[in-house]
Amino acid sequence: MFEIKDLTCGYDKRFHLKEINLVIEEGGLFGIIGPNGSGKTTLLRAMTRVLKPESGEVLLRGKNIWQIDFRELARTIAVVSQNVSTDELNVEEFILLSRIPYYKGLQFLETKHDEEIVNSAMALTGTFKFKDRLISEISGGERQLVLIARALAQEPKFLLLDEPTSHLDITHQVRILDLLKKLNKELSLTVIIVLHDLNLASEYCDRVALLSDGAVYKEGLPQDVLDYKTIENVYKTVVVVEKNPVSSKPYVLLVSEEERERNEEKNNIQKIKHPYDKEVKRRKGIEY
Amino acid sequence: MNKRTIRWTAQILILGGALFLIAALSLSLGSAALSVQTAIRSIFSGYNTIEYNILFEIRLPRIILGFAIGGALSLAGVILQGLFRNPLVEPYTMGISGGAALGVSLATILKLYQSMGLATLPFAGFLGAAFVIMLIYTINIRKKALKIQGLLLTGVMISFISSSFIMLIMAISRTEDLHGIVFWIMGSLEEPSWFLIKLMLFTSLAGLALSYIFWKDLNALRLGEEEAVHLGINTERAKRALFVLASLLTGCAVSVSGIIGFVGLIIPHLMRMFTGSDHRILLAGSFLGGAGFLIFCDTLARIIVTPSELPVGVITGILGGSFFIYALTKRGKSIV
Repeated sequence: MFEIKDLTCGYDKRFHLKEINLVIEEGGLFGIIGPNGSGKTTLLRAMTRVLKPESGEVLLRGKNIWQIDFRELARTIAVVSQNVSTDELNVEEFILLSRIPYYKGLQFLETKHDEEIVNSAMALTGTFKFKDRLISEISGGERQLVLIARALAQEPKFLLLDEPTSHLDITHQVRILDLLKKLNKELSLTVIIVLHDLNLASEYCDRVALLSDGAVYKEGLPQDVLDYKTIENVYKTVVVVEKNPVSSKPYVLLVSEEERERNEEKNNIQKIKHPYDKEVKRRKGIEY
Repeated sequence: MNKRTIRWTAQILILGGALFLIAALSLSLGSAALSVQTAIRSIFSGYNTIEYNILFEIRLPRIILGFAIGGALSLAGVILQGLFRNPLVEPYTMGISGGAALGVSLATILKLYQSMGLATLPFAGFLGAAFVIMLIYTINIRKKALKIQGLLLTGVMISFISSSFIMLIMAISRTEDLHGIVFWIMGSLEEPSWFLIKLMLFTSLAGLALSYIFWKDLNALRLGEEEAVHLGINTERAKRALFVLASLLTGCAVSVSGIIGFVGLIIPHLMRMFTGSDHRILLAGSFLGGAGFLIFCDTLARIIVTPSELPVGVITGILGGSFFIYALTKRGKSIV
């Protein structure tokens, strides 16, 4: 269980997370969502011992993460971050690095066991077929899969990901999130994922926390958090929230300015016709 | 796995063999050319021949020193490149050698070695090197991420300031042995003291052994500091220890042989192409490569203008400087 208590932190007094309180239970797929600059990545960095809190604490299974031994922490949580500089490594070498927290004292070479773990992580993520290619040579989608493979080979209990689907096409978005869902179900891996795509979050996450301006605006089931009122307040954008006809999860639709204006005109006409149910009509206009 | 172990062993054997050949060549070449056969015969024929004296009193110490210094500088280069995650940093381009030279000059002028022994010189070099590394690192921290141009420019300026200070020291103190100091600063493997040669050999071999404690840290740091933390590396501790190690290697090398530039740039660069960037092989490979390279350069320096000789720093400066420009233009885009 991740427990974030009154967490305040930031960079150079410039940007702050303000008194975040959040409990993330084990076994689920938890989404962290919010507009650009709302502090999603900052929160993830604070949870992975990169960013030191100014006050408050992050507890991992009851223990402050800053008091956990480095190696032990790396064996418990694995992180897929957004920008990894990978120089001239090939995929297999890169994934093998995940075994570093498991090296004993003077151990100099990977054991058979290490290799088996790496091989099964590659098989699970479908990265085995390009294991000899350089990281710089593979596509963005393949790269994300390789990063996930490395995190898996760390044999963590928690997998934390920072926008693993940004810049990817829908094929890869779905492939990666399906994979994460599968890992979550089959390996009972707790997955914590920063997403900015609200629909992906709604479709895949068991619970989501919506951040706004460095604070948790709302936390709960996707259908409770993702209603149009909340989204309009946080994102300052007019949206329509529908139900996905297949999964019946909330689905967020955008409306272009042109359509909004046309809609307002229609409302104005309707306002003249029915001056009394102006408010009802406006709502309807937005919802449909 | 096995394949990799075999590859690494083969690479070490190749580098070791090349080093041995260069050393043998260096032993037989010089103003008095001795064939390898004569050299071998004189080893067995006893103490008093001229050949024996040339080999064991003049050439062998230089080869040992070349081995130790070349290895130390190249190793320091690999370590610094690992820490700053940039292939263009090395003791010389970052001004660490300059800082060490300033420390040694101060100790020389104050004649500390007379009262406290010869080992004060390497120690003063270490302090000078450590000071510069800390300075660069503090600037680095304050700016969060110092761009490589800034890093290199700072290094060049620190070298410049150090050498100006050294000149100031020389001017004030009116040392009789001006030629000696100038020659030393330009880098030379001429070292009459067996004590310093042995100390240097010990330091560089110990440095190599110690660097292997940190191969995991260096390997993980290739991905960046945050990623290294995610892989369970205590980056702050590793950085501190490695900075001290790099300062020790550089400071000691500079105190014995003056400023020999670019060994730590060229050799690790070529080694990465030869062995790959895994530090388990890169550290030892660079050490052997650096050792061979410096012995080779020193041999050139000895024979190129016989019967007189050049400071070896001149040779590495010309080779290394050209290589640096090449590396900068070739990789400039990806680094900056």
